[in-house]
Amino acid sequence: MWDYSEKVTEHFYNPRNAGAVDQANAVGDVGSISCGDALRLTLKVDPETDVILDAGFQTFGCGSAIASSSALTEMIKGMTVDEALKISNQDIADYLDGLPPEKMHCSVMGREALQAAVANYRGEEWVDDHEEGALICKCFAIDDVMIRDTIRANNLSTVEDVTNYTKAGGGCSSCHEGIENILKEEMEARGEVFMPGAIGKKAKAKPAAAATAEAKPAGSMTAVQRILKIQQVLEGLRPALQADGGDVELMDIEGKNIYVKLVGACNGCQMAAMTLGGVQQKLIEELGEFVKVIPHTERQLVELGV
Amino acid sequence: MSELKDIYLDNNATTRVDPAVVEAMLPFFTEQFGNPSSMHSFGNKVGLALKKARQQVQNLLGAEHDSEIVFTSCGSESDSTAILSALKAQPERKEIITTVVEHPAVLNLCDYLETEGYTVHRLKVDKQGRLNMDEYKALLSDNVAVVSVMWANNETGTIFPVLEMAELADEAGILFHTDAVQAVGKIPMNLQDTSIHMLSLSGHKLHAPKGVGVLYLRRGVRFRPLLRGGHQERGRRAGTENVTSIIGLGLACEQAMQHMEYENTVVAQLRDRLQEGILAKVPHAFATGDLTNRLPNTLNIAFEYIEGEAILLLLNKAGIAASSGSACTSGSLEPSHVMKAMGIPYTAAHGTIRLSLSRYTTAEEIERVIEAVPPIIEKLRTLSPYWGENGPIENPEEAFAPVYA
Repeated sequence: MWDYSEKVTEHFYNPRNAGAVDQANAVGDVGSISCGDALRLTLKVDPETDVILDAGFQTFGCGSAIASSSALTEMIKGMTVDEALKISNQDIADYLDGLPPEKMHCSVMGREALQAAVANYRGEEWVDDHEEGALICKCFAIDDVMIRDTIRANNLSTVEDVTNYTKAGGGCSSCHEGIENILKEEMEARGEVFMPGAIGKKAKAKPAAAATAEAKPAGSMTAVQRILKIQQVLEGLRPALQADGGDVELMDIEGKNIYVKLVGACNGCQMAAMTLGGVQQKLIEELGEFVKVIPHTERQLVELGV
Repeated sequence: MSELKDIYLDNNATTRVDPAVVEAMLPFFTEQFGNPSSMHSFGNKVGLALKKARQQVQNLLGAEHDSEIVFTSCGSESDSTAILSALKAQPERKEIITTVVEHPAVLNLCDYLETEGYTVHRLKVDKQGRLNMDEYKALLSDNVAVVSVMWANNETGTIFPVLEMAELADEAGILFHTDAVQAVGKIPMNLQDTSIHMLSLSGHKLHAPKGVGVLYLRRGVRFRPLLRGGHQERGRRAGTENVTSIIGLGLACEQAMQHMEYENTVVAQLRDRLQEGILAKVPHAFATGDLTNRLPNTLNIAFEYIEGEAILLLLNKAGIAASSGSACTSGSLEPSHVMKAMGIPYTAAHGTIRLSLSRYTTAEEIERVIEAVPPIIEKLRTLSPYWGENGPIENPEEAFAPVYA
């Protein structure tokens, strides 16, 4: 049985705004063939103000598809069309107190139906550019298509690379066989051979001096500029973490390894890994090079090569 | 509703352990805790109890020798052991014949073996889920190491002609294995009169506990163990025996034998009543599979224009446990491979519900389910974009054509 939140169950048992809206002037039909879901969203929009006066849904789908549709119609009523378009699938999932990873596509479908309905209202043609594949990593809800695209775009060749770029395989690691199979196919397609080791790669300890020497910044930054940049990125992220009662502090930088201290609510919480992942992603984007964000508490382990 | 007991109609998934079976197992957790391999009296009594259990299984299967019974941990282990043994024992043969509707225990193993260089032939089924024997016959050759075909399908209950197929394989000198996890205890069998070489069964499908299974291995069939180690099961399956569960399985087999007639008369009638009762009240619904040739306890109904998981959730709320071939219940997001193989249209395949009975199911429960189902289906159809005010919309394909991701 799926682990549905109470809110999902409640919206499924008592769906709001079921059925088509009378005198609708915006209709969006979308579906996700992999799950056999289909959704029609009908809206009544005030042409003067662009405010959504009424919204209704018809869904062929599972419990979470019906709950997501119900949530979406509740969320957008009273909004202007532009405001409604700002709703992300994560917002829909959050409204329902979360969805199981396998069911996140239900919220994506809701968002797409909204885009399709707005396009219809504006007389535009909506083209779906989001492709959905088989779910590979259940910990972080990463699908086949996403992994393949990332492997191709970045010429990846190890499971570790895939985890670093997409997070897939970064949790329980039971999907590594699946990721390896994808790597094998993708590498064959570009004329290479996938050569995995039997045991996953681990960060190796390096003498501090060598690490610093090797740490020549990828771009034109000097070591000091790089440190300042890292510091600046972390400062920028702090307010958001502090809002959740947590904080992050830069402890040390050793080549690609950036050691941070997680404080308060973030520390030890099961979301710590997610938070670190987010910090790492931001740093990679800002620095233009691959770096690894590691909790300070795990430094000894890294140095021992564990 | 709340004062009424919940109704369990998911016996093809698993069954409740019979109270007498629990009773028989208990002493072997406490005073009779010995290892059957030991020389002292603690072990000896346990060894005798295992021997009895082995004979009880032998009787249900109609095996010629009790040494043909190899206890394993589950049906999947038995399936893997049988197929991998056949390949190991005949390294020159690189082909496998199976069907598209097998349980994942066989299907996923075969998919994997394909990546290892084996050729897998998957027999197709028709709209009623039946095999084409000509297709099968044409595939039998000296390159085939093993045929693995389920005795009865877990989703629809459709029974395959395994006796005839085993005979053909045997004549061609090919090993024949059948996954009989759903069939054992529901269909009478006498393996010594057949050409079946290997058969898998699972304890928890016939009111024994989970975590115990059997591989029937006909005497004289070349065999290579999956687990090597100790001498247990005559060296064919190493590892200390799951004594308590094996003893439970033994008694469960004896009880299944006693209830065989009941299963095929009373339970079958209850199932028929359920089918007729629901289909009389719910339009645009039909039973799937080979209705004239299926397990006595299994009913699979496709409800058009709605999705199975949603039905299950509402059934669950009404205190009724069932299962579905819909994509969304599986975790894989793939619709049931069985429904797909039978060519059930997409708008119906996702709305299939399996109701599987047992000897504990009562007529009163069946009537309650017949009452509960129609309003659930009606409610979900009012939410469906394929359903209008008075029934399915005309030309659903045209009127509702979503953009698919």
